[in-house]
Amino acid sequence: MAEIGFSQVKKRYGGTQVIHGIDMQISDGEFIVIVGPSGCGKSTLLRMVAGLEAISEGEISIGGQVVNDLEPKDRNIALVFQNYALYPHMSVYDNMAYGLKIAKLSRPEIEERVQQAAKMLELAHLLERKPRQLSGGQRQRVAMGRAIVRDPGTFLFDEPLSNLDAKLRVQMRLEIKQLQRSLGTTSLYVTHDQVEAMTLADRLIVMNAGVAEQIDTPMAIYDRPASRFVAGFIGSPAMNFLAGRVGEGGRELRLEQGMPLRSGSLNLGNLAGQPVTVGVRPEHLQVVAEEDAEMHLQVRLVETLGADSLAHGHLVPAEEQPNGTPEDILTLRLPGVARIAEGDRLPLRAAEESLHLFDRESGWRLADV
Amino acid sequence: MEKRVVFRHAWLPYLLLLPQLAITLIFFIWPASQALYQSVLRQDPFGLRTSFVGLENFARLLRDPLYLDSFQVTIVFSIAVTALSMGLALLLAIMADRVIKGATSYKTLLIWPYAVAPAVAGVLWWFIFNPTIGILSYGLSLVGYDWNHALDGGDALTLVIIASAWKQISYNFLFFLAGLQAIPKSLIEAAAIDGAGPGRRFWTIIFPLLSPTTFFLLVVNVVYAFFDTFGVIHATTNGGPGQATTILVYKVFSDGFIGLNLGSSAAQSVVLMLIVIALTVVQFRYVERRVQY
Repeated sequence: MAEIGFSQVKKRYGGTQVIHGIDMQISDGEFIVIVGPSGCGKSTLLRMVAGLEAISEGEISIGGQVVNDLEPKDRNIALVFQNYALYPHMSVYDNMAYGLKIAKLSRPEIEERVQQAAKMLELAHLLERKPRQLSGGQRQRVAMGRAIVRDPGTFLFDEPLSNLDAKLRVQMRLEIKQLQRSLGTTSLYVTHDQVEAMTLADRLIVMNAGVAEQIDTPMAIYDRPASRFVAGFIGSPAMNFLAGRVGEGGRELRLEQGMPLRSGSLNLGNLAGQPVTVGVRPEHLQVVAEEDAEMHLQVRLVETLGADSLAHGHLVPAEEQPNGTPEDILTLRLPGVARIAEGDRLPLRAAEESLHLFDRESGWRLADV
Repeated sequence: MEKRVVFRHAWLPYLLLLPQLAITLIFFIWPASQALYQSVLRQDPFGLRTSFVGLENFARLLRDPLYLDSFQVTIVFSIAVTALSMGLALLLAIMADRVIKGATSYKTLLIWPYAVAPAVAGVLWWFIFNPTIGILSYGLSLVGYDWNHALDGGDALTLVIIASAWKQISYNFLFFLAGLQAIPKSLIEAAAIDGAGPGRRFWTIIFPLLSPTTFFLLVVNVVYAFFDTFGVIHATTNGGPGQATTILVYKVFSDGFIGLNLGSSAAQSVVLMLIVIALTVVQFRYVERRVQY
């Protein structure tokens, strides 16, 4: 069992810095998901934990021991690769037994461990096959089996589901979660898929351009995103961002298109007169009666998904600003099959406590209203 | 997926094949059948009369101690050339695969010898090992070894083996390097995490995955050692001293074109052809089974 600690971990390739100082403590048995767009450094971070990339600066410790100079094999970890990295010339059994043979376990013990893992992963009937004779999902299971048999202190997953089709991905996601629950092994999981991130993680690390922008539980990140990037990355469909400005005295918030939001009740004195980005999730916008409306959506396109419907369009500028250009795009999510048609003009209001204010320059969170 | 091309005229595909067929006919089928025909004939010393002798040429060969000796030389020579050129090429490929800085220049330099003609390669090594002016023979004399490939059969055989292997290393290197680079890095990383050290990773992961390349090179190198090394031997030792470096293909040449015993020479080339066919069949039947594709 293992805790993992990061202290000012940095990575440089030549002159380019790709990871800018990660600090974090992972407790034993926790399931941590590192999520971010391509090239944000999430895989690099994982490979540094695995020992496949050198750590340029800072320290990574596993189970209380600093591992910067330890070989991968001495870190008591198992890594599940994106392309599975199964040994193509070995049977499923030999793939799983390879590490155990090297660890010089006795033959009966290897047999027992492999059989047990195979049973857990429903691979028992495939042990004699070669990897090329398996389907994608089965290969994925073998890769997991190879990690499990070694009974490591930490599981590392590098986008393990990205080569699977959508249906299988959902199924394997559940299996990974259940497996991790039952084994109680500390896990570090890298993905670019925010649904995987939300469903699997005890805690999430949202990375952007080598910086961990937020480290928290999935719901905390959803409710209180620390930056505009995090807000836009977590949640699907993505959060709407509208240009706004806090009024003089901090009592009111107004969209640049003219509409006042939440007038009167606000206390944003420290932000008085400041330009902000107002974020609101599509599911937090409600269609209301005309007199309660804070803004209007001009619908351009409706997507009906069955369980809910998405209306895409743009914000209608306030009447007192007839020259305003309709540049703020807006998405609305309604439960069930909504009776909306393209060309409709919908009066909307954001739910209580659902507006997020971000600094328009830096993107960092300012307040919730 | 199979893509079939439909030709508008039935004669077009044959026309397109014609150049290749013509080359095969003129440069392979025709001389090969000439050799078959010659191998059952005998000519008088002046080339005036030719008589049919059946399999007498072959029977004579089997009774000829010089021919059997040449067999032995060929076996030693081809095993040594193949092992040396493939072993060194694999070693160089592994090292070149690890290099990051200046990888291209290393590769270019390693591939150069392949552009050298066999005869030139032979002469190059002949100079290096020359008993009077050669740098290596001078070095060897310093450590007390008196190198002389003009007198010592062992030295001569070593010289042609080195020269032939050296020329073939580039070719093998290129294929081994391509083979190594086709192995996904993640496999090596997975093995490292599984606890395998560099040696173990090589023998249990890399080497088995290279086996298709190794097998292909084995076939190519054996054929090379049997035939293409003629130029090296002809330019350096002329098959001597005595018979020390007369491999089968060189004996075909020297008996036929120097000794002008065309019947025997043709019979030898028929034997040689059969040996190579047999070797290739054996390689494909037995060695290929152990190849992991």
